Amino acid sequence: MTPLRDLTHRTAPADPLSLLKGRVHEAEGPGRRAFALFQARRHSGTVLWILPAYEPQRPMLHGLPEGVSERLLVLTPKNETDLLWCVEEALRANPVGLVIAEPQQMLSLTAGRRLQLAAEAGQSTGLLLIRTDHGSAATETRWHCAPLPAPDADSTLHCWSTKKNKKGTIGSWVLNWNGTSAAFDMVSAAGERSQPAQPAC
Amino acid sequence: MADARAIYPDLSTRPANLAREAASLVGLRRWVSRYAPMVASDGTDGLIADITGVAHLFGGEAELQDDLHARIERAGLTALSAIADTRGAAYALARHGGGIIPEGALAKGTAHLPVSALRIDHATADGLGRVGLSRIGDLIAQPRAPLGRRFGAFLLLRLDQLLGYQPEPVSAGTEPPHFGVRMTLPEPIGLQSDVMAGLARLLDRLCATLALHHQGARRLRLELRRVDHGTAQVEIGLARPMRDPARIAALFSKGVDEVDAGFGIDAMRLSAPVTEPMPPEQTGSGPAQRHQDDLADLVSRLGNRIGFDHVLRLAPSDSKIPERSFHMTAAAWSEPVAAPLRRGPLRPATLFLSEPVTHASGNPPVRFRWRRMEFTTLRAHGPERITPEWWFDDPAWRSGLRDYWRIETREGPRLWLFHTPQAPDWRVQGEFV
Repeated sequence: MTPLRDLTHRTAPADPLSLLKGRVHEAEGPGRRAFALFQARRHSGTVLWILPAYEPQRPMLHGLPEGVSERLLVLTPKNETDLLWCVEEALRANPVGLVIAEPQQMLSLTAGRRLQLAAEAGQSTGLLLIRTDHGSAATETRWHCAPLPAPDADSTLHCWSTKKNKKGTIGSWVLNWNGTSAAFDMVSAAGERSQPAQPAC
Repeated sequence: MADARAIYPDLSTRPANLAREAASLVGLRRWVSRYAPMVASDGTDGLIADITGVAHLFGGEAELQDDLHARIERAGLTALSAIADTRGAAYALARHGGGIIPEGALAKGTAHLPVSALRIDHATADGLGRVGLSRIGDLIAQPRAPLGRRFGAFLLLRLDQLLGYQPEPVSAGTEPPHFGVRMTLPEPIGLQSDVMAGLARLLDRLCATLALHHQGARRLRLELRRVDHGTAQVEIGLARPMRDPARIAALFSKGVDEVDAGFGIDAMRLSAPVTEPMPPEQTGSGPAQRHQDDLADLVSRLGNRIGFDHVLRLAPSDSKIPERSFHMTAAAWSEPVAAPLRRGPLRPATLFLSEPVTHASGNPPVRFRWRRMEFTTLRAHGPERITPEWWFDDPAWRSGLRDYWRIETREGPRLWLFHTPQAPDWRVQGEFV
């Protein structure tokens, strides 16, 4: 009998918004593609975006964050089986940093587990952009992403919260990220102010 | 043409296809090599074969010529041929009736031919005709020095070549390298591991040939002949030219797995129908090179399952129209292109076919419905006017000009709406980060 591998030494990363390497994560909600692009900007290596051939919503070159379009490969398999096969194959491959996939159907536990094993073998990160409540129980973290209306014209607010986290607590973050660079600002929770702020003069 | 029609009204004409003619001449040249080791094409319409020491194998020159004509006629072609001691004489006679000039009778045999048969230009031939020298025989009888002074040394060279005073060898063109290897087996095999072992041997030989010619394979085809004379085919594509046997063999394993061996396989043939130049380079040296190799392997694996036209890369195009400002190219046949500089108005991160907006009120709309969701505009940036490309008839752009707006909604999503003033309508085409 082979001993089970000790999984306790793998700690959650310090930065709450970074995804654990060698695992597959899920994101849902209307802002999931923005979250995927944010993660693509933060990962080095080739980025694969796997979406069904009939999916009309595709990444646009001129709107991608800096430095992503050169290393982005878009895969458009014809059916769901091929899509999952592509995700597994890509996760196992060495040069791939991040695999973004948009499965259309509910993932079974078997499929989710297979993807986790593939990611572990290839030490790459997977991010599945799922429809709400279509995830699998094998996922490492599940994010709910939504864009927020901004108080002024210069900010682009996102609310990203973890609905599930296997190695830590869940949380919710509001941040200002304009979709081009890796830089972002955490926005502290807004409190009720009875009077407008005094200008510092 | 008009004259020809006037003489014979039912004349049927077809444009000449020079490329196909040349290709069929190459095929014919390969066939004619059954008569002689040295066969070369002679002009655009002829072949020349050096049959020195060959004729007796066919029973003599006349028999050889008869055999040639009989076979060509059976193939449905019409040909004229001549046999002579020199290449020049054979050329001249073949284009003026054909026949055989016996050994040592060159001057006599070619005397009746016109001077144009000497492979000289029109001006020289006209000049010769003007001074009354219209046959080769007349030319041979003339003193050489005045001829050379008046018509140049080239005419004398051609004349010498015709009469055999100057050598003119026939050099066969080089055959293009053939990238195919085969293997026949004494006993039929059926196990997948046996097929893979045979494939490994074939690949070693094929890759050695490829390396010799500095080529890399882009497509490989493995044909497996079964005992019952059925043939199974496995074809793979490669993301870039490659001649590494181990890496190619790994790509074949899935295709070989699906082959039905029937009663066994007794012959294998491996060929590379598409090859590309691949100069020798240091491979597998550094991490960057390894990364490139691994990525090419991944693209090959993915492409062989989902098709190489489904493994895409984004590349910029020169157009202001959003959907044509970039294009998706097959990753196997393109290199990554640096992203264009960001300037001008913002562009959405995702783009889709425009979808209609309902219940839009105001310009830009204060409230609208899209995908069955209600939106209220918080902030609107725009308009950015984009005009259709008149030289390109795109059905999506038939509604004319578009005024694009970036709409921030109170509900969160930041959408890319456009208004078509010439056919008033609001539609959504993209979503910002």
